[in-house]
Amino acid sequence: MSKEEKYEQVKVALVSCGSEYAGIQSQLDSAAERVNAKLVYPEMDVSSLDTIEMEFGLQVASADLKLMMARAKAVVEGTAPVDGVFVTSCFRCAEAAIVRNEVRRYIHKNSDIPVISYSFTERTTAATLLTRMEALTTIARRKHLLAREVQTGLTAGIDSGSTTTKAAIMRDNKLIGEGWVPTINVIESARKAYDIALEQAGVKEEDVQALGTTGYGRFLIGEHFKAQLVQEEITVNSKGAVYLADKQKGPATVIDIGGMDNKAISVEDGIPGMFTMGGICAGASGRFLDMTAKRLGVEITELGKLAVKGMQDKVEMNSYCIVFGIQSLVNSLAQGSAAQDVAAAACHSVVEQIFEQQLQEIEVKEPLILVGGSSLIEGVPKALGDLLKINVIVPPHSQLIGAVGAALLASGYVEE
Amino acid sequence: MTKVFIYPTNSLILSDLIERFGHTPLAMMGQVHEKITTIGIDSPPLNITPEDPKHGLKYAAVEVPAGVRGRMALVGPLIDEAEAAIIVDDAAISFGCMGCARTNELTKFLARDKGIPVLELVYPYSDAEGKEFVYKISDFLKSLPKE
Repeated sequence: MSKEEKYEQVKVALVSCGSEYAGIQSQLDSAAERVNAKLVYPEMDVSSLDTIEMEFGLQVASADLKLMMARAKAVVEGTAPVDGVFVTSCFRCAEAAIVRNEVRRYIHKNSDIPVISYSFTERTTAATLLTRMEALTTIARRKHLLAREVQTGLTAGIDSGSTTTKAAIMRDNKLIGEGWVPTINVIESARKAYDIALEQAGVKEEDVQALGTTGYGRFLIGEHFKAQLVQEEITVNSKGAVYLADKQKGPATVIDIGGMDNKAISVEDGIPGMFTMGGICAGASGRFLDMTAKRLGVEITELGKLAVKGMQDKVEMNSYCIVFGIQSLVNSLAQGSAAQDVAAAACHSVVEQIFEQQLQEIEVKEPLILVGGSSLIEGVPKALGDLLKINVIVPPHSQLIGAVGAALLASGYVEE
Repeated sequence: MTKVFIYPTNSLILSDLIERFGHTPLAMMGQVHEKITTIGIDSPPLNITPEDPKHGLKYAAVEVPAGVRGRMALVGPLIDEAEAAIIVDDAAISFGCMGCARTNELTKFLARDKGIPVLELVYPYSDAEGKEFVYKISDFLKSLPKE
C-alpha cells in the first residue's frame, strides 16, 4: 500500500470462536495494526443467541458458535457497520469448521463486505496472518487502483517469491522486459532479476516512472528500491492473472501454485472476492514438484512433459505432507514404477490437495486461470482440468503474474 | 471448608451459593483475574499466550484444538484442586457458559472421573424446579466437611 493510504483506517469484524483462549489474540491484533485495521467485535443483542440457530438454520452445541452466527447476522444487517470480516476458528474443530464456512458463505451471499476465513493453531503468527489481513483491507478500501485495467507509462514490477524472484518492465500496456532468477538473498536476487528485465527492455532504471513490489520479500525490496506500491500477492496476482488472460470483466477463478503456498481466489471484474491461502504444509506446493523432479533426475522444466505421458493412477501418492509425499515417491520408484507415472502422480497429488483444501472454500467460476511457476509444468494444468472437468487457462507469461500485476497497478501512480 | 468446583465454570450464582454455605468455590473468574493481573504479560483481553494451550496438553492431546487446550489450561488446575463438584446441565447462557461444547464435555468428564462427591443437576426453568434446585444444592453443600 502507498504511504498516504496507510492512514485510512478500516474496521474489520472479528467473528471468532475462542481465538482469545488459543493465545493468538495478540497476533491477530498485531497483523491488523500493521495494515492500519482495527479489529472489532460486532455488537448484537444477547437475546438473539436464543433464536439464532433457527434463524440461521444451523443448530450447534457450542455457545461461541451461536455467537459467531449472531455476529455475522449483525454485520449483514448493518447493525454493526464494518468494512471487512475475518472469520476464524480453531484448526481441527469439525463443528467450528462447519460454522466458519457457512458464516463466510452467508456474509458473501448477503452483503458485499469482503470476508476471509482462517483456522488457527496456537502457533499462528502475525506474519502468517499479515498477507490475508492486508488483502482483506485492500479490498475493503476499494482502492482506485483495483479498477485499473490498462498499464500506462513505463513501469516495473518485482515479485519476490519464496523460491524465485521475477521482474517485469511494461510500457504502454506491453511487456517489454522480464527477469526470472532463484531467490537466494532477497535484495540481491531482486536486483539481478530487475537488471535482466531492464536490459531486455532496453531502458534505464531512472526512466522507470513507477515501481510495484509484491511477494514474500515485498516490504524489504519495496523499501530498498523506493517502490511506489508495496502490495500483497492476493490483490496483485488477481489483477495480473485476469490481465494476462484477457478476462478482466466478469467472474474468474485464479489459482496460483507458489513455491511454498497456494492461493485460490474468486475474482469479479478483476477484484478479488473470497480467497484462501494454504501454507501449513508444502506438500501441495511447487516445492514438492521441484523435489520430485530432483528425485527423478530431470530438470523441473522437463517434469511436466514427462507427467503428460504418464498415468497417475498407476502410482499411489499422498503429498499432504512433503515428507510423506517424497516417501511415497521413493517407495513407488523402488517398486518399479515408471518415471512418467510418478511425475503424473505428483502433479495429480498437488492439484488434488488444492481441490480438497482450498477450492472447497471459494466459489469456482469459469474461466479458471492457473498461474505461478508450477502452471508451466504441463502435467499440472492437465491434472487440474481432469479433476475439475473444466478447461484450465494458462495465460502467456503466467510465471510473471505477480511482477506484471505489480507493474500494472503501479502505473496508477504514474498519473498522480 | 471444602473446595467445590462448579460447572458452568463462570456461574456467579453457583459461586455465591457455595460461599454462603461456608465453602470455597473453584470458578473461572478467579483464574481469569489471576491471568489479567499477571505483571509482564500483555496479551489482551485474557492475557492468554501461546504457552497456555501447551499447558493444556496436560488435559487434552495435541490433536485437540488450541482453543480447547487454552480453556483447559484455566479449568484443569481447578479440577485438580477440587474436593467436590456441582455440575448443572443445559443451563441458560446467562447462568454461565464456557462457549465451547468440546471443552464442556472434557471438563465434566474430568470432574466426574476424579472420584470426588459430585452433584449433577438439570437447570431449572420454573419456580418449583428452581426451589428444588436450590434445596438440592443446599443439602449437598451441608453434607460436605467444613473443617
